[in-house]
Formats: sequence, C-alpha cells, structure tokens
Amino acid sequence: MDRVEGEAGDFQVTLIKKPRYVNESKCTGCTTCVEYCPVVYPDQFNQEISKNKAIHIYFAQAIPLVTYIDESCLYLKEKKCRICEAVCKNDAIDFTQTPEKLEVKVGAIILAPGFAPFDPGLRKEYRYGEFANVVTSMDYERLLCATGPYEGEILRASDKKHPRKIAWVQCVGSRQVTPGGNSYCSAVCCTYAQKQVILTKDHDPHAECTIFHNDVRSYGKDFERYFQRTEKLPGVRFIRSYVSIVKEDPQTKNVTIRYTTPEEGVKEEEFEMVVLSVGLTPPADFQDLAGKFGIELNAHGFCKTNPANPMETSRPGIFVSGAFQGPVDIPESVFSASGAGSQCGELLAYRRGKLARERIYPPERDVSGEEPRIGVFVCHCGANIGRVVDVPSAVEYALTLPHVVYAQEQLFSCATNAAKEITDMIKEKGLNRVVVAACSPRTLEPLFRDTLREAGINQYYFEMANIREHCSWVHAKEKEEATRKAKDIIRMSVARALHLEPLREFELPVHKAALVVGGGLAGLTCALSIANQGHEVHLVEKEKELGGMARKIHSTLEGLDVQAYLRELIRKVDQHPLIHVYTGATITEAAGYVGNFVTRVESEKGVTEIKHGAAIIATGAEVYRPTEYLYGADDRVMTHLELEERIAKGEVPNVRSLVMIQCVGCRNEDRNYCSRVCCSESIKNALKLKELNPQMEIYILFRDIRTYGFKEDYYREAAGKEVRFIRYEPDDPPRVEAAEDEEGRPVLRVTVTDPVLGQKLAIDADLIALAAAVVPAAGTREVAGLFKVNLSPDGFFKEAHVKLRPVEFATDGVYLCGMAHYPKFIPETINQAYGAAGRALTLLSREAVTASGSVCEVNEQKCMGCGACSAVCAYGAIEFRETRRGKKAVVNPVLCKGDGLCNAKCPTGAIQLKHFTDEEILSQIDALVWAEDRQLAAVAVR
Amino acid sequence: MYGAADLAGVSRLQYTTEMRLIRVMCSGRVDLKHVLRAFSNGIDGVFIGGCRFDECNYTTHGNYHALNMVLLCRKIMEHTGLNPERLRFEVMSGSEGNLFAEVVNDFVKKVKELGPLGKGEGIDKNELQSKLAEITKLVPYIKLVKQEKLASRLVNLEDYDRLFTSEEVGSLLSQVPAYYIDPEKCQACGTCARRCPAEAIAGGKNLNHVIDQEKCIKCGTCFEACPPRFGAVRKIVGEPVPPPLPEEKRTIVRKKKEN
Repeated sequence: MDRVEGEAGDFQVTLIKKPRYVNESKCTGCTTCVEYCPVVYPDQFNQEISKNKAIHIYFAQAIPLVTYIDESCLYLKEKKCRICEAVCKNDAIDFTQTPEKLEVKVGAIILAPGFAPFDPGLRKEYRYGEFANVVTSMDYERLLCATGPYEGEILRASDKKHPRKIAWVQCVGSRQVTPGGNSYCSAVCCTYAQKQVILTKDHDPHAECTIFHNDVRSYGKDFERYFQRTEKLPGVRFIRSYVSIVKEDPQTKNVTIRYTTPEEGVKEEEFEMVVLSVGLTPPADFQDLAGKFGIELNAHGFCKTNPANPMETSRPGIFVSGAFQGPVDIPESVFSASGAGSQCGELLAYRRGKLARERIYPPERDVSGEEPRIGVFVCHCGANIGRVVDVPSAVEYALTLPHVVYAQEQLFSCATNAAKEITDMIKEKGLNRVVVAACSPRTLEPLFRDTLREAGINQYYFEMANIREHCSWVHAKEKEEATRKAKDIIRMSVARALHLEPLREFELPVHKAALVVGGGLAGLTCALSIANQGHEVHLVEKEKELGGMARKIHSTLEGLDVQAYLRELIRKVDQHPLIHVYTGATITEAAGYVGNFVTRVESEKGVTEIKHGAAIIATGAEVYRPTEYLYGADDRVMTHLELEERIAKGEVPNVRSLVMIQCVGCRNEDRNYCSRVCCSESIKNALKLKELNPQMEIYILFRDIRTYGFKEDYYREAAGKEVRFIRYEPDDPPRVEAAEDEEGRPVLRVTVTDPVLGQKLAIDADLIALAAAVVPAAGTREVAGLFKVNLSPDGFFKEAHVKLRPVEFATDGVYLCGMAHYPKFIPETINQAYGAAGRALTLLSREAVTASGSVCEVNEQKCMGCGACSAVCAYGAIEFRETRRGKKAVVNPVLCKGDGLCNAKCPTGAIQLKHFTDEEILSQIDALVWAEDRQLAAVAVR
Repeated sequence: MYGAADLAGVSRLQYTTEMRLIRVMCSGRVDLKHVLRAFSNGIDGVFIGGCRFDECNYTTHGNYHALNMVLLCRKIMEHTGLNPERLRFEVMSGSEGNLFAEVVNDFVKKVKELGPLGKGEGIDKNELQSKLAEITKLVPYIKLVKQEKLASRLVNLEDYDRLFTSEEVGSLLSQVPAYYIDPEKCQACGTCARRCPAEAIAGGKNLNHVIDQEKCIKCGTCFEACPPRFGAVRKIVGEPVPPPLPEEKRTIVRKKKEN
C-alpha cells in the first residue's frame, strides 16, 4: 500500500504489487520448478526451522496455490541459473516482471493487518537464539503441525530427538512494564499453550508438560473446561511462578529454569525443551501503516478505536478488524471481520450490486434420451502425471471402456486453452458426460463443471479421476503400477459417469426482512445496521422497554457513557422508518426455513405474523442471584451491578472498607464456566470508588484475575491505587459473618486465607460486593426450540463453529450475537452485533437462496416411514407426510446439506443422496474388479 | 480424510499402490451394503476414512455413524468366517497427509498378511459368495433392527468396544423373521401390498395376498399394516414358512351375508 487519498465513499488507493516472477494465470501449482531449484533457503513459513527453495508455494493451503520466487533466487541476485524457466512446461516463469503500480477506487477500507508475535530475541534473559532448545510458541506450533518442518514430529534443534520434558513460560512479552515488554495481556496465550500441551500429549502420552503462569485466563467460551481437561492429563503441571531461564547444559543442551513455589521456595529444574508463550504485538510496520492511512494509534501501537464502536478508526470510512484492534482470539476476530463488512455495507448500501455482473450460460442440452457418450481427458499436468503415468496408454485404455466415445491427452487440463478444447469436443463429438483424469476434485472440480455449463451440458455430468495426488505423486518410483492404478481410477470414474444424473440447483426467493429477537445492546445495534442497509427489521423485546442489561451499566472501563450511548441508539432505532419495534412481546410460533421464516409474535401491538428471511437471536443474559455470602439476608451485601447502580446514583457509600468477592456462582460445579466480565467490572467499580473516596479500603478477593487484553492496564492501575488483591482457592472460599469491630461498629467480617502468609486474615467490611455470575437468560431454551437451534452445555446458545462461525447457527438463516452467545463486554457485543448483521446481509442482499443439486430425495414407493432418516438428520431437512400408503419421508432440499447419513441408514434405499447414490457408488466398487484378479483394497473417504 | 490423501500427494509421501479411493462427502454415507458388495466382489480389504471425531465438517458427526456401521460389519464378518481386520475405519484431519500414508501402508501390509479373501480364512470361494449374498439380502432387516445403535454417539470411545457383541450379531442373523399371510384370514383388502416398500406382495381383488419370500426385505411393514380385525400377517421366527397357495387357489370365497 503506497497511498490513500480522498474520503469516505470515495477513496483512491495506490498499491504496489511486488513481482512474484511467476505468471499466476499460467502457473498450475505443479511444483516441478521447486524440485529443480538449486537454492535451499530457510523456510519462512516454518519459522526457518526447515528449508525451502527460492521458488516455492508459501504453504500447503496458500491461495492462490501457485509458486513465487523470493529474493534468495540466484538469478535475481547474480543473473545465474534460470533452471525453473527451463523446466516449466507452461512458460509460467517470468523474470521480466517488475513492481506494478495499481490504482483502485474504493468507498471504504478495512484494515486487517493482524499482529506480529513478540520477538523474545529483544530480551536477552529469554535466551532465545542463544540456547538451542528454547523455542517460541510459534516455532512450536509449526513443530506440531503435520505440514511443519518435521512432518508433525516434535524434535529438538540440538539433537533432533523427541523432547520428553517440556516447559512453557507464559506471558513472554506480555503483562510486563519493564522496557521491551508490553503492559497488556495478550489474551490468547493461556489457551493456546493448553492446546499445545494437549497436542503434545497426543504425540507422546509420556511427555511431561509444565506450564509456568501468572494467572490462567480461561475467560472464553468453553475455555474453563478446556483448562480442566489439560490440567487433568497425567504428567501435566501448572505452576504459578515467575521464572528465569538460567543455563544450558553444554552436553545435553537441556535448559534449566528457576522458579518459586509457596511450598518449596526457590527451585531449579531441568527441561529438555522450553517453549516461550510469546504475546501479540502490533504488526511490524504499524507506524508506517498508520501514517499512510491517516489513522491514529493507541498507546500500545494498535489501532485507536471509538469506545462505542471498536471497528471505527479515527478516519471516517476506514474500519479495522481482527487483532489490529488489540489482542483477540479467533472468534472475536471473526466478529469484527463480519462487523466491519456490515459497516462498509451501511456506508455503501446505495451502491450495492452495482458492480455485479451476471454470467450468461448457453441453454442446457437435454440429453436424457441419448445414449451415454463419455469423453475422457487425461492430463499430463506438465510432467507431474506424465513422467510417472503412461498417459498415452491411459488414453488408449479409456477408449476401450464402454460408452467412451472420445479420449485425448492434455498438457494441462486446467489451462484456458484446454477448457476450450473440452467444450469444443463436447460439441464436436456430441459428448454428454465428461471425465477429466487429472488432480484432486477438491481444487478444480468447480472449474470443470463450469466448462461443462459453457458447453451446454448439465454440470453434474462431470466426474474427476484423481491420478495426481492419489497416484503419480505418491507412486513416483513405480511407473508401471502407477499406470495400472491410473487406469483403474479412470475405469471407476467412467463407471460412475455412466450413472450420473443431471441435477438442478434450484432457487428459492428470499424474504428480504429480518427478525431480531432481543432489544438489548446487541439486538439494537444489529437491527440498526441491517435497517441502514435498506432492509426491514422486526425487533422483538420481551420487556416493556428497550435496552436490556445495558440499562444497568453506566460506564465501561474505557470510559464510555453507556446510558448516553444507549439513549441515542434507542432514539435511532425508534425513528428508523424500516425498524418495527414490538415490546412486551413473546414469540408463540416460528416456522419456515432460511429465506422464508414465518414467526408469530404477541406484543402490546397484538398478534402479528411476521415474514422474514433471516432471524437474529440476541436474547442476552441475566445476573446470577447469589445465595452465598449473606446476599439477600444482609443489605450490606450486594452484587457488583447493584454497587455500580448505587455509585451512578451518587449514593457513594461513605464507608471505610469494602470487600469484593469474585467468582460468585460460576467456575463451580453448577456453572462450569468463567463469566468473563466480572474481574473488570469489579476493578472498574474499585477505580471509581477510589476516585471518589481515595481513603476507602478496597479488597478484591479473587481466584484468577482475568483482565485480558488492554484491561490489564486497569488492573495495574487499581493495584497502584492500593486496591488490595487477595487470592483465594476454590476449596477454601472466604467466609462472611455479621460482627462488631473493635469500636463496636457493626461490620461484616470477611475471613480469607492469605496465600502469601498462609494465615487466616480477617477483614472488617462495611459493604460487600459480589461478582455474581452471568447466567443464560430465562426463556433461552424456549427460543432455541422455536428456531431449532442448539444450546451449549452451559445453557448459552451454541454457534455453528466456536472459532470460525461464531455469529451463525448450524441452522441456516439464523444468527447470533451478544450475551446470548456467552458473557462479553460491551465493545465485544457491538463487534458481534455488527458481525451478525453482516452475515444476515449476505443472505438478505440476495434475491434467492440456491440449493445444491446434490441433496437427498425420497422414492415414495420404497419409503416405509420408519424414521431412520429423520433421526440422523441434524438439519431437520426431513419431514413425514401422511399418505394413503402410510407415512412417507419428504426432504426439504433447501435444508439438506448432502452428507448422506440418511441414505446409509435407510433400510429400503428409498432415500438417496443425489450425485452419491447407491447406484453411483456401487458402480465404482464393481468397476474395481473388472481387471485381473489381484489384491486390492477399496477405500471410501470423506 | 480425502484432504489428507491429497496432502500426502502434495507432500510427495510415497506409499504402496494397492489402494483405490472412492470419494464420499461424509464417511457416514458409507453403507453396510457398499462394504458387503466390495467383499462379494472379492476385494481383500475395505478401508473407510473419516474426519477426526468432534471435528465434523457438517454438524452431523457422521464419522460416529461410520464407526458404528464398521463395528457392526466387523462382527458380521466374524460371524461369516471372514477376518474382521479386513475392514478398517480411521479418522484423520486434512492436514495429516503423513498419517494417511502411514495408515495405508499399515493396512495393506495387514491385508497382505491375511492373504486373499476367503483363502486366507480357508473358506471356499463359492461358499463365501453365497454367505455374503445371504447377508446382503438381510441389510434392510439389519439396519431396521439395529437402527438405534447405528445412529448412536457414545461419549467415551472405549465404550465402542462393547457396542455390538458377537452373541448379539449371532442371534440377529439366526433369528431372521419371515412374514407370511394366512390365506384363511386374508380379506384381500390390498393394504399390505400398497404399503410394501419392496413390492413383494402379489394379490388383487378377491385374491389371497402372497408374499414373495425372495423379494421380501423383512421390514415388517405388512405386519404393521394389516388391519387388526383381519390379523392375517404372521411373523415367523425359526420355523419354515408354509409354501404359498398355488395361483389357481387364491380366489377368496366369501361367506354370503346372512339375512
């Protein structure tokens, strides 16, 4: 990125594209060049642990999956070599490329530059780079990976042996105010270290893993359980201690760590490998980035954002998502990615669809009356297939197979001219089915299907024989056997092609309105974002007033005036012509499916039947009503929210001493999760009270302080203002009783074990604030039932995928945001609310939803109505209908995802997954044995 | 799993050449009858690969279903005299190309040790063929009776060892029911014939209905469908089924209503 000019709605961005010296449109990713390249160079992607070549594909899942040449290239450095140019059969190497200047006009910009891992080399005491067996967690991540430097073997640098005794050192580059460190908490390291421990134990059940930490911050959804799972593994120790890395044994290269435990004092222990859990820092060029985009940074070098909208930078029209907001985990990154998208959508709604162009395909030829005429195209893939498999003989063989009327070889079937050849041959030879024997269908099947459409043939008449990944590449030295195998694979594909059926991908119109369930901060934000993009929104709230839980919160740690913000938000929602608000409402019925829901709502407006294409669940959460610590029995005991209320009302308790007790009602057997927000909530109240009355003695009794991310700074501030933090263990919780102090004043006496002194400590408190858990809202289960969505074990709604799809449900067309998903802070709620709006918009902005052709279908005659199919359909795609011949299954193709479980369960074969019918699969199995009798193993693989 | 096989290729991991792959979208799609067909065709080993447990691409966790099917099939193989080691189920993620290559080598090695199908076990080829054909015919019945277990998802993988027992499969296969329409009771109402998913019931107006035992899939639909006031369908276990009435004797002679 070179320059940004203009303003929101009309930016001109100048980009400099570095030369890759490979023509992307010509390179097929065959990697012959990589084999021949003589330059061996540390592999950047594998943390320089293993080697790569000057020409290479960045990593196995790179997009596009083509090569590039880096600066280690001999030709680029010394004008020598050019071997790659000579071996490339597709003339894709292009050394004449130079940096290219591109000018693009855009209306909005999203910054998603991510983060840089902390470089422990900056701090000598970590001995990184000095001791061979001290690695960073990023290095370790690559070691664990099957595509990593040692194919998933964890090996030490010093002797390439498996380390058995491994230590993790947490908070490397985080939670440090010393120079070179960062004061904030990196938010993800506790859990990723646990993941690494679990994977290590998977690799080697005898591994001994020790994690040295300061607090275990398992604040995310399901993280507490994950921590428990890790902790319970044999040979795993969690030790709370600062450590120093002392020495390396000159012979064994083992590393000694010094640490302290309350029981044993200072100890030294030797480990075979030490993993530094490095933190997250701003991207390498953050200052330059900020300068070029004209945005402000915060004190830590991350993007400065609006406290009420964490995706908004200081420059209008430029949004931020992901870890450039600050250290965040994957789900939060996904929230803000979809969310920033939605905000761009609001800005540019008036232009939506203006640049879209529809592809026009020729009309499809009806071949149902024709005899099967199969064409087989066998690809050389340059030399990738051709030098192992005898391609000409495979072509000849294909021609001997029944119904094959045409076969030819191609240098690269995926090249543009080859596609033209296929369409031409379809027309010339009257082909009605095509088999391409080349690479994996996972990459190129869509391309070839498109080729068939271009030739006027139904795209499902295409079949791919994978003779590269599954044959030539894995049997490089056994040419004869590989050729036989390739022929078998082709024969099986031809057999299958014979049975293929033309399938329709039919479309169902989308009702372009949304229903938002819940009128709290999440629901309001989401509703407004959807409505701002031109769609009608029905907002349903069970209370008589909008606002939800946010009505009880007055400020955030970062200083947002929540009430003012909420008032403004409600005003905007109330005044928006496209938003219909239903208060005092209950949903009595919800029917339909993606794009076409019908929901009945009873509200102050009476009974309304709402038609909508998308539904967003934002029903929020509630506060646990404690039964512990005299709550309810003594007025001086309140929840943290009640304390906040009193502070906001100016009823600042003019008291001497206040005790806050954390983890009330969660992180226990009943609620095995962390409520995430309470540590910060207590610190926020403590800071406020200290500001109003610096003399007040404030104690926070905690288990782990989980002020993740930038909130760590407030924890430090509170400690600096002499808020006293005392840790207690769950099996020895504080005790509270009414008593009198020395002056005879009535007090609440809190007794707690001081972990440092190991003695009971009695604190006379005038007030007690309990950090009461966040619990799922009443009615959560009913809503889940109505919309056919699931709940997690803790009773919050269960998203489609905890990391990758955190704002969606597995049920299409239903989305999720706010505390209904899991406890979270206001900025996180706003991220997720915009995120849900963004996902809903991708549905609502379309005219229709397309159902794949490969869905299940029922032959009514054969259906005996036993229900085996519907019992295994997780999508609720199968219903039963009474007929005069009994109960019969019916598939809703829009809901069917084509996994085919029902097919395998159906006793009579009445339900069939199209494109993977029994007939099609059995034809492949039968084709296996056409050849001479010899040992074979069949495989069915996902 | 298909991804792992692809990655093995991308990583140029060399493995033995005997495997042929058939792609399905979910391991749970693999049907008991697919496996039986492969063995009937003389294939020496069948390998089913799925995603890692609890890492389902869909939300259906079909790999547990595949596991259930495989465990049942292995018991059936045992019952038939085939070595159950010839059928293997493995799970792996798309990034585990090395594991794929390893597992293929290991499985093929195992199958080679076992020898050609049947021969290794000392079963005559024809006998094996007919046994497998017999069991293939019973697939609808097996699926029906074991419907619940085949769709179950156990929390502890260890419990899977006990999901199906040899005794259970033994009795499953020895107590196969047959259905028979009692000509004395049949009123030729046609309900059973209409409902039969296998079109195995012949009959007509005023003609005694007869089940074609060859076509019958033993689903019991006729048994359920026959109106209780007739109760003509009988479930027969462990006894021979009476021969069907000759076609010429199927006309029902009704008693005239007495006035």
